[in-house]
Amino acid sequence: MQAATMGRRSGSLRAERRWALWTAYVSLIIACVIFLMPPVYMLITSLKTNAEMANLQGNPWIVLNPTLEHYRAIVENPLFLTFFWNSIKVTVVTVILSMVISVLAAFALARMRFWGSQWLATGVFLTYLVPDTLLFIPLYQIVGGLGLLNNTWGLVLVYPTLTVPFCTWIMIGYFASIPKELDEAALIDGASWPQMLIKIFIPVALPGIIAATIFAFTVSWAAFVYPTAFITTPDQMPLTIGVVSTLVRGDTFAWGQIMAGALLAALPPVIVYAFLMDYYIAGLTAGATKG
Amino acid sequence: MADSMSAAIPAVAQPRSSSLQKLARRRSSIAFLMTLPLICVILGLVVYPAGYAIYLSMLSRRMDEFVGLTQYDILIENDTFWLVVFQSCFFAVTAVIAKAAIGFWLAHMLHHIPTKGQRKWRGMLLVPWVIPPALSTLGWWWMYDPTYSSLNWILAIFAVPAVPWLGEPWWARVSVIIVNVWYGAPFFMIMYLAALKSVPEQLYEAAAIDGASSWQRLRYITLPMMQNIISITVLFSLIVTFANYDIVRVLTNGGPRDLTHLFATYAFQVGILSGNIPRGAAVSLFMLPLLAIFAFFILRGVNQRNKEMM
Repeated sequence: MQAATMGRRSGSLRAERRWALWTAYVSLIIACVIFLMPPVYMLITSLKTNAEMANLQGNPWIVLNPTLEHYRAIVENPLFLTFFWNSIKVTVVTVILSMVISVLAAFALARMRFWGSQWLATGVFLTYLVPDTLLFIPLYQIVGGLGLLNNTWGLVLVYPTLTVPFCTWIMIGYFASIPKELDEAALIDGASWPQMLIKIFIPVALPGIIAATIFAFTVSWAAFVYPTAFITTPDQMPLTIGVVSTLVRGDTFAWGQIMAGALLAALPPVIVYAFLMDYYIAGLTAGATKG
Repeated sequence: MADSMSAAIPAVAQPRSSSLQKLARRRSSIAFLMTLPLICVILGLVVYPAGYAIYLSMLSRRMDEFVGLTQYDILIENDTFWLVVFQSCFFAVTAVIAKAAIGFWLAHMLHHIPTKGQRKWRGMLLVPWVIPPALSTLGWWWMYDPTYSSLNWILAIFAVPAVPWLGEPWWARVSVIIVNVWYGAPFFMIMYLAALKSVPEQLYEAAAIDGASSWQRLRYITLPMMQNIISITVLFSLIVTFANYDIVRVLTNGGPRDLTHLFATYAFQVGILSGNIPRGAAVSLFMLPLLAIFAFFILRGVNQRNKEMM
């Protein structure tokens, strides 16, 4: 009698499990289709000829005569190359600056107690919560006062507001998880603080540094509010605003080129993500990124 | 996940009884030097601009005289501004609820399938989050395009009449929300998945022995264990969604008839495009009280979590 109920129960359990698995796969497939639809459609559009795009009869989701002419046109467009170069310049400088600032500060905050360090840590977190859309108007005035409006260096000046608080925040976490015995041993051996940071903390917390660097890179590459506010001429524009404003502003929307440009512009973060997914996700979950 | 969240506040070094006061003094001055760049960034690029914004918002349009709260008075009597307030709240609340629900559901589904396949699915599902939103919104814009709409083409297969995505006010609102949900849901999924993985398996085993149904397991184990993460993520997302700029800017630029403007895009239009810096500053400062409330609760949540973990 008992065995019978047991058997039925485990049978229903198995059925329940199989049903759950099916629901899981069906939901994931639907979600994947929806989530990947826009980028896939961008790819499809970028491969179509203009004639095919103007044809309203057929299925918009298939390409009959794939062509790379839009990609060739965009890569040969000197303006687009300027955008790319501006983006690289601003992003690289911002990433290096933010990482230096935040690693130094995080080391001090995680290991050296000093007056106000607790307050500063809370302050870092609070500044992370201040959105860029709250600051762009006063920063517009400030950057204008410095004569850096419509200049990529003006962007380099303000981008740290986007990256430094969060990078410091996750670096504090990574540094604090390093066992105290390690620095005590180093102190006994007569290491100075800078030696300790360079020889112990940075190598041990390397995953954290990679995660923070990826974050800084993605955020500066995708930044949109500041460039739209500060940059007015195409020669100083980074990619995001460049693709959106110049390519779109043409008389007839060159959709093929716009999509090709947008995809190429999105490529660097996607490549970084594809190769360093685990670090990317570690950085994402390390302290509730913006979402 | 758990320890990375908790790494936050108490991470600051514990007081250590150091013997040599001189060393301590030297140490704290080194520490101060190391944090100096950070302090400069915080004070110079966040605190000072925030204060400056308050000052700016009290100037006259030509910024040559101090007019007190006049700019705020003008805004409060402006109908468009109240539409912006309504739209910002509506946008943020609806989008965050949808993102949280979809993210929770997907995280659960991912958690159910065998661990081997999870990586692949997770990798694909996070793609919307990786593409810079200004660029992916261009793709959405093209999908919404009235003449060539590929979305309407799909809807037509299911015999649904064509939708005027960006042309009609309510549809435009919905379109903007859809893009935001598409962009933000993967983030919630990743956060919740990490939280789900940190719930001890023994709790579920114990519940299974007690004969708990899957609904009961969700209600009495998963949700209480994830409560803190859920509230922190939701509050975070409320802040960012509330302050969103790029999606609306690219998709509708505030139209039709200023009905999809959010605080940020409206502030941009008034402050930068129309050149009325003081009023633009006043518009964006209206976000501040709400953001401060959210920030207060997040900080409390994070602190609470730290106490639980210790």
